[in-house]
Amino acid sequence: MMDKEIKREIMLDHYNNPNNKMTVNDERYRSVHNASDSCIDDITVYMRAEEGKIKDVKFDGIGCTICTASTDIMCDLVTDKDFDEARKIIKEYYSMVDGKPFDEDDLDEANAFDTLYQQANRIKCGTIGIRAIEDLINEFDK
Amino acid sequence: MFDVEKIRYDFPMIRNNPNLIYFDSAATSFKPQCVIDEVLHYYEYTNSNIHRGDYDISFEVSKLYDDTRKQIASFIGAKRKEEIVYTYGATSSLNTVAINFGNKFLKPGDVILTSMVEHASDILPWFKAAERSGAKIEYVPFPSNGKFDLDAYEKCFEGKNVKIVALPHVSNVLGYIYPMKEIARIAHEHGAYIAVDGAQAVPHIKVDVQDLDIDFLSFSSHKMLGPSGIGVLYGKYELLDQMDPIFYGGGSNARFYPDCSLILKETPEKFEAGTPNIEGVLGMDQAIRYLSSIGMDEVEAYGTELSDYFISRLDELDTVEVYNHGSKAGIVTFNMKGIFAQDAASYFNKQGIAVRTGNHCAKMLHEIIGVNETIRASFYIYNTKQEIDRFIEVIKDTTLEKCVDSIL
Repeated sequence: MMDKEIKREIMLDHYNNPNNKMTVNDERYRSVHNASDSCIDDITVYMRAEEGKIKDVKFDGIGCTICTASTDIMCDLVTDKDFDEARKIIKEYYSMVDGKPFDEDDLDEANAFDTLYQQANRIKCGTIGIRAIEDLINEFDK
Repeated sequence: MFDVEKIRYDFPMIRNNPNLIYFDSAATSFKPQCVIDEVLHYYEYTNSNIHRGDYDISFEVSKLYDDTRKQIASFIGAKRKEEIVYTYGATSSLNTVAINFGNKFLKPGDVILTSMVEHASDILPWFKAAERSGAKIEYVPFPSNGKFDLDAYEKCFEGKNVKIVALPHVSNVLGYIYPMKEIARIAHEHGAYIAVDGAQAVPHIKVDVQDLDIDFLSFSSHKMLGPSGIGVLYGKYELLDQMDPIFYGGGSNARFYPDCSLILKETPEKFEAGTPNIEGVLGMDQAIRYLSSIGMDEVEAYGTELSDYFISRLDELDTVEVYNHGSKAGIVTFNMKGIFAQDAASYFNKQGIAVRTGNHCAKMLHEIIGVNETIRASFYIYNTKQEIDRFIEVIKDTTLEKCVDSIL
């Protein structure tokens, strides 16, 4: 279990200075748009992959702290992973936000969201960007 | 004399939730005991269908159901009770107008004049009416403060065949009361009809359809102390009478024959096929009686007193930006600088304060006020200045760190 101070620091850092947040205009990237139908979160994720491996992930759009920080962290986590490794990370993440057992070794900074499952009305915020990343992996790896 | 403590005592939701500060009445209001009792009484003592039974309780319920039309007509100043159509709420009223009016009156090249301030329920039915009829949607330009500009509005008619104007009486995000009498006059001078979304107006201000001279008015019971799933479409009788219903079935027809011909009942019953929300109508009757006993002038004055007070307290804080100075009808829209609206609302929730964030179903409004998401606090007759003071203390105490902590 991560210390509360550290979790807060991770979330605020990725919210205030998201290092993967930018618009990409590069034809090597594919993009997927995902938005919440119940709140304002509205994210587009861009991915570049080659030979079964994710090379780069970026995103832009409008999001709350949870949406922005979770997307930014997941961009970091799946970069340089092959598709199956990335899918495993996302699977563990979903288990965590559903309040089910998960492997924290896979999630690194995403462990900051290990109590998100207790806030039913905010779980959606923490999955908007992640679903877009998952969709992109599936699109590259049809 | 407006006695808020006495009013609060009438609301079980307030008595049963002593730690809740409810500032989301623009979404739905609490119900007073008399409304709840009336709905229960129907289920416990007079449960029966209307207009069918040859027995006492059905007769009694049918009479109450019909008398409520009179009560509603008098509440909104309608000429006659036949101008009151029961619907399932403002959204179904607005769709009924858009479909019926569209089918009957709209032609290719006609203009439907609306605005980007609109709630989805007021604009999407008109998108569809335009699609079916070949009419065009145009928007009244609004200044960035979101206030209604009558000159800009009047210019929209120049060289255009505007057939209908669809606007709210009170904006659900900004709480401004639009100059509806002038808006209606100008529409009529140019040969257009006017359909008004009264969802945020009828619960909070005196609305008199004859004085305003509006052609249609839609509103919901649940925002004005009554049950959910029941609402009203007011229409001028001669207009309603020209329109065909959307739904057909029991209760709305008088006779039908093997050759597929049918004779409908008179307006408004021809619009009310199927067993309606009977207990909803009876509960709404009590809600209107309750509001009338306070007096709509008092209701409006108190709503304005609360929003004025809240805005003046917010203006003392440099961490807050208010978007609707001068709004009435108990709606205040603001943001905390540097904090995403939903993050702030999560923290408020932890402190027992219920507000609404987002775009409040007016998804094009950001084109005008320039922000996507806001916090909306909305008040009603049972809210107090003490609750506002408590909220101000919470707002003063709110930081991004605390908002994040609320999910850790």
